[in-house]
Amino acid sequence: MGSTLSPVLSHHWDAEKSWTLATYEADGGYQGLRKALEMDPADIVTAVKDSGLRGRGGAGFPTGLKWSFLPAPDGGPRYLVVNADESEPGTCKDTPLMMASPQMLIEGVAITSRAIGCDHAFIYVRGEILHVYRRLLRAVEEAYEKGYLGKNILGSGYDLDVTVHAGAGAYICGEETALLDSLEGRRGQPRLKPPFPAVAGLYARPTVVNNVESIASVPAIITGGVDWFRSMGTEKSAGFGLFSLSGHVQRPGQYEAPLGITLRELLEMAGGVREGHELKFWTPGGSSTPLFTAEHLDVPLDYESVGAAGSMLGTRALQIFDDTTCVVRAITRWAEFYAHESCGKCTPCREGTYWLKQVLGRIEHGQGTMEDLDTLLDVCDNILGRSFCALGDGATSTITSGIALFREEFEAHVTGGGCPLDPAASALFEYTPRRSDVRALSGTAAGTVGA
Amino acid sequence: MTTTTPKTGTSGSTPAPADQVTFTIDDVEVAVPKGTLVIRAAEQIGIQIPRFCDHPLLAPVGACRQCLVEVAAPDREGNVRPMPKPQASCTLEATPGMVVKTQRSSAVADKAQHGVLELLLINHPLDCPTCDKGGECPLQNQAMSNGRGTSRFHDVKRTFPKPIAISTQILLDRDRCVLCQRCTRFSEEIAGDPFIDLQQRGVKQQIGIFDPGVLGFAGSEPAEVYRGVQPDGTPISAATGLPSTDPADPAGPAGMATVDTSGRPFASYFSGNTVQICPVGALTSAAYRFRSRPFDLVSTPGIAEHDSNGAAIRVDHRRGVVLRRLAGDDPAVNEEWISDKDRFGFPWQGLADRLTAPMVREPGADGTRGELRPASWAEAFEAAAEGLAAARAAGGVGVLPGGRLTMEDAYAYGKFARVALGTNDVDHRARPASAEEEAFLGHHVAGSRMSVTFADLEHAPTVLLVAFEAEDEGGITFLRLRKGVQGGRTKVFSVAPFASRGLERLDGTLVQAVPGTEPEVLDAVGTSSESSVSAVAEALGPEAVILVGERLATVPGGLSAVLRLAERTGARLAWIPRRAGERGGVELGTLPTLLPGGRPVADPQARVDVGAAWDVERLPAEPGRDAEQILAAARSGELGGLVVGGLDPADLPDPAGARAALEAVGFLVSLEVRASAVTELADVVLPVAPPVEKAGTFLNWEGRPRPFPQALTSTSMADHRVLDALADAMDVQLGLATTTEVHAEIDQLGGWDGGRVAAPAAAAVEPPALGAGQAVLATWHLLLDAGRCQEGEAFLAGTSQRPVARVSATHADRLGIASGQGITVRTPRGQVTLPVAVTPMADGVVWLPTNSVGSAVRRTLGVDAGAVVEVAAASTVTTATTAADDGGTL
Ligand SMILES: Cc1cc2nc3c(=O)[nH]c(=O)nc-3n(C[C@H](O)[C@H](O)[C@H](O)COP(=O)(O)O)c2cc1C
Ligand code: SF4
Ligand code: SF4
Ligand code: FES
Repeated sequence: MGSTLSPVLSHHWDAEKSWTLATYEADGGYQGLRKALEMDPADIVTAVKDSGLRGRGGAGFPTGLKWSFLPAPDGGPRYLVVNADESEPGTCKDTPLMMASPQMLIEGVAITSRAIGCDHAFIYVRGEILHVYRRLLRAVEEAYEKGYLGKNILGSGYDLDVTVHAGAGAYICGEETALLDSLEGRRGQPRLKPPFPAVAGLYARPTVVNNVESIASVPAIITGGVDWFRSMGTEKSAGFGLFSLSGHVQRPGQYEAPLGITLRELLEMAGGVREGHELKFWTPGGSSTPLFTAEHLDVPLDYESVGAAGSMLGTRALQIFDDTTCVVRAITRWAEFYAHESCGKCTPCREGTYWLKQVLGRIEHGQGTMEDLDTLLDVCDNILGRSFCALGDGATSTITSGIALFREEFEAHVTGGGCPLDPAASALFEYTPRRSDVRALSGTAAGTVGA
Repeated sequence: MTTTTPKTGTSGSTPAPADQVTFTIDDVEVAVPKGTLVIRAAEQIGIQIPRFCDHPLLAPVGACRQCLVEVAAPDREGNVRPMPKPQASCTLEATPGMVVKTQRSSAVADKAQHGVLELLLINHPLDCPTCDKGGECPLQNQAMSNGRGTSRFHDVKRTFPKPIAISTQILLDRDRCVLCQRCTRFSEEIAGDPFIDLQQRGVKQQIGIFDPGVLGFAGSEPAEVYRGVQPDGTPISAATGLPSTDPADPAGPAGMATVDTSGRPFASYFSGNTVQICPVGALTSAAYRFRSRPFDLVSTPGIAEHDSNGAAIRVDHRRGVVLRRLAGDDPAVNEEWISDKDRFGFPWQGLADRLTAPMVREPGADGTRGELRPASWAEAFEAAAEGLAAARAAGGVGVLPGGRLTMEDAYAYGKFARVALGTNDVDHRARPASAEEEAFLGHHVAGSRMSVTFADLEHAPTVLLVAFEAEDEGGITFLRLRKGVQGGRTKVFSVAPFASRGLERLDGTLVQAVPGTEPEVLDAVGTSSESSVSAVAEALGPEAVILVGERLATVPGGLSAVLRLAERTGARLAWIPRRAGERGGVELGTLPTLLPGGRPVADPQARVDVGAAWDVERLPAEPGRDAEQILAAARSGELGGLVVGGLDPADLPDPAGARAALEAVGFLVSLEVRASAVTELADVVLPVAPPVEKAGTFLNWEGRPRPFPQALTSTSMADHRVLDALADAMDVQLGLATTTEVHAEIDQLGGWDGGRVAAPAAAAVEPPALGAGQAVLATWHLLLDAGRCQEGEAFLAGTSQRPVARVSATHADRLGIASGQGITVRTPRGQVTLPVAVTPMADGVVWLPTNSVGSAVRRTLGVDAGAVVEVAAASTVTTATTAADDGGTL
């Protein structure tokens, strides 16, 4: 395998029963916590700040800085909430991390909690991933048994409780304030900010919300040190991260590498796109980030470079689509997802995603007009930056960039009265069309060309 | 007359002297207090930013995104940097140096607003031609001014079956809803009745009560659609809602008494406000639905007549018929809210039993009393004058004006009694009252106008309620208290037999008192170590306010103890009666010991003063009889006649005795709006105008004059005009034919700086000993009940709380009953049977609603709070029934 990989989080994923505490300890687990318990909490914050770790949940906000926003202790509770709601299409890094190495997350939780003066932390897990939920519950139990959680942790006098909470299946509950409302037992809808969670978060108390991967990166920073961490990645995007390759690649999966690696390098390690096909388009950071094409193969995958190239690093969910894929079809599926997941709070997202989905559906099935393309762009313009939270913004990313990059393909659907591509050709599995009336314009009936 | 608000130390709104923030909106510099929202600041300079979810009295949410503006603000170095996205001006606080560009100067803001409006319309139905809101709809207005001529939306609209009934009164067309959450925020933030909430998500998101059909629970029926009403007002199909099916807890988690009489759990007294603040026609009221177009309505400002708050309302009428009432905007009194009773309870003024012509009794040829027949005003006045003259000679005439008078009318009754009838036998209190109360009113209330105001309630650190249920007996007073509580400023305590749902929503602390023991509890403040009492002692100080309800009059020593407590702690004390005319009566002279302005009858100087103003040689000096004494004297034949205003004998402490008095008295003149139990027995009936048909002034509990103009053209006359003409027929010149004359005379009379009536010092009585099966009765009126002024509004009645009796758990165990089962409360006069709601309260107390369907306490049981009653498990009944509903004895 290529020398560019940097397995830290995924270091022992291939070990026997990697998820058990014993395996984790055998791989050096909980050394970070031992060290952190000796440190002054403020020094832990400083270390994480200095490391340059940025939030791995999508926005890339500097993690140590976020912790330092908490007001001075007033004797009342302060909370750490780990965002494990991972629901963005294409994003699939936290789930395997928690499956393979839940103890690493728990160690991160313990160190972070100590750093911010929290004695009750929460892990909010996406409701649908029951297996992960169970695994976390067991892992927390194990950690309690070994004295890594609970009263007087490792004899340090520090107490910490961890509650694992399963959501009810809503993408919006990954948005940190909606998550907090949901955790409090309310409807998961984003809150008005300010006040920010750091000031009034869970139960209106100072709260840090961090992504699973962000927190799981903390133990390595404590044991490995700031310089080691900064030796990877770029100046402003330090360290390593999980890159999730999915779609038309030979070997999909998690590739842990320093930030700044390119898709070309990653594809090399993953064996390239599907045999006999060319890369058509890809998402650099999940379905909420503007599309890239083969032109962007050499864009360094760090926050700054991806931003400069017109997209976002997001959650490093690299969804790869080869030349068999209908871009209209892919975008329509995403649009349907956003319409389904819109929480309904604000007008642009609630109404706009409903509209976009229908227009795209018509275009996909050959019932669109040229005017529709302009309407799509204008509706996106009326959603982007007008909605209450980033879900609405994200809903427009692939549509706007898709039309900009592949306008002819959209037009071909309009002028040709249907899709010029065969859906079966892009499928990685035996394809059964959901609708019998869907005919590929190539003349062959859908489903006749195998993958 | 002084119809403007008297000056007081505390004004209606007390903005704290805040730091000013200077910034620009559309290049206009504006300075506002720190913390001001941009949308408010823009209003101040006349720039209207379009909005839907924003409401000045609700916390910002930023949900609709209609109010987007472009903003730039100085960074740390002071360079003004544009914000990357348009900002919601309803959630954005102005900061120094901020540069705001609205739709007027920014193409970005303009496009954003157009975009949001277009999105709001894609799923909006084309209901405007039939929608109640059409013509006064913010969405429609903006669609007209900023909308596109043609739609770009060619796809399938989201639809809902409609309307669904949230209560019998409130209907919801979900497809019209713009999901601004004003209704849910009002319910949660203001009323504290969060029975409606958002459900589902995305484009399916909708407002509703908890409804398994809407939520798609397995096996549930789809939400049922409201299909209108039959001509008699009964719904064609039962509306939706979730009547609880749990026999142990018949109302589900909300508590039994919050289920309304239709079985739905949205029994809010303030629900109508949601209809008014809904920026579209999604929420409508069944009573008004499809009744008129706003542009056909004539609007007249008014003052609500149902309670002593004097809430500002707007009366909308068409061709002489009132179609609806809305809350007026009066920051000093009701802000923008009114109770459902004030909003919907207006049909009584135009019911078929309205008296239109005077009537006189034609004595039967056989010497019987004979029948009433219509007469001319001249004939009626003559008959009344003659009869009253004779009655005056035959022992005198008593005057019972009733508690719903305007100041003008009260003044006229007081003067009529003293000048035309030569008596102080006048008492407006058509309810249980006492001599102690009379002294309290003369000593503390009369002449102390605006000593406590609505604004004070919201700012006082402590408010102690005594014999006063803020929600049931105070209506919007409750909302003001809750505002103080929600704002973290006010702590509420209540001396009551149990913590009502109203008190719970005030986060209040109960200071438990068995009816009759209030004086003991009040006197213990400062000495008792019982935790709630000592908490009161700690919290009461000069900044605190004590609110005492009219019910304390029934507790011997109660008002004396309250006065002592106020004295001891320095707390300010206000008296909040239920009826609109009570405070006016106290100030304008319809109590037997008080002349206008709180002048004691017993004070010779006061009599000389008033006599001079009235141009009479002398005024009767001997103190008059109070209402009970007047009735007793009429019954015994001591009094020769009665003049009775708008009162229902059933409201009196002894309805049967009152009726006997009305039957026995030699001559009875009735001034009434609608035919009543008094009319039936009267010798002369003089019809008078209801509030919509006259101009007048209510004096609210604060002592604030609440003038209102005449809304409907009418030939009906106000009481003062009728009394003036009647006096004329008796050869007495009252000079009170017009409101101008009345006002001039009141102004001329001016205030009184002489001595006041002495403070009462009545002794408390020992609580009665209870035998087996006995309990002490606790009772008060629910806001929505069987009162006469709520008649004619079936939709409103459907939202009143389901009447229940309350006893403690131990008590219920002893009786062998559980929540939902029947309990019978009995006196020698009659019995009331209601389902019981087990409530944390003292054992040995039973609570009944005073005048609800199936629970007419005074009429049926003939007793009041503090009385000893028999209590037993009901033999069969589980629904509300009354054994002796007509007031007869068993
Ligand atoms: C619609 C939406 C969904 C999101 N879902 C997730 C999620 O599943 N997991 C996550 O960590 N962050 C998610 N976020 C980002 C969070 O709001 C938040 O920025 C993040 O949890 C912060 O953690 P970090 O600083 O460690 O990245 C989401 C944001 C939005 C707007
Ligand atoms: S953009 Fe608006 S509707 Fe969409 S998820 Fe966020 S708050 Fe909800
Ligand atoms: S019903 Fe009316 S007030 Fe309530 S959310 Fe809908 S539009 Fe707003
Ligand atoms: S009015 Fe500002 S977002 Fe609704």
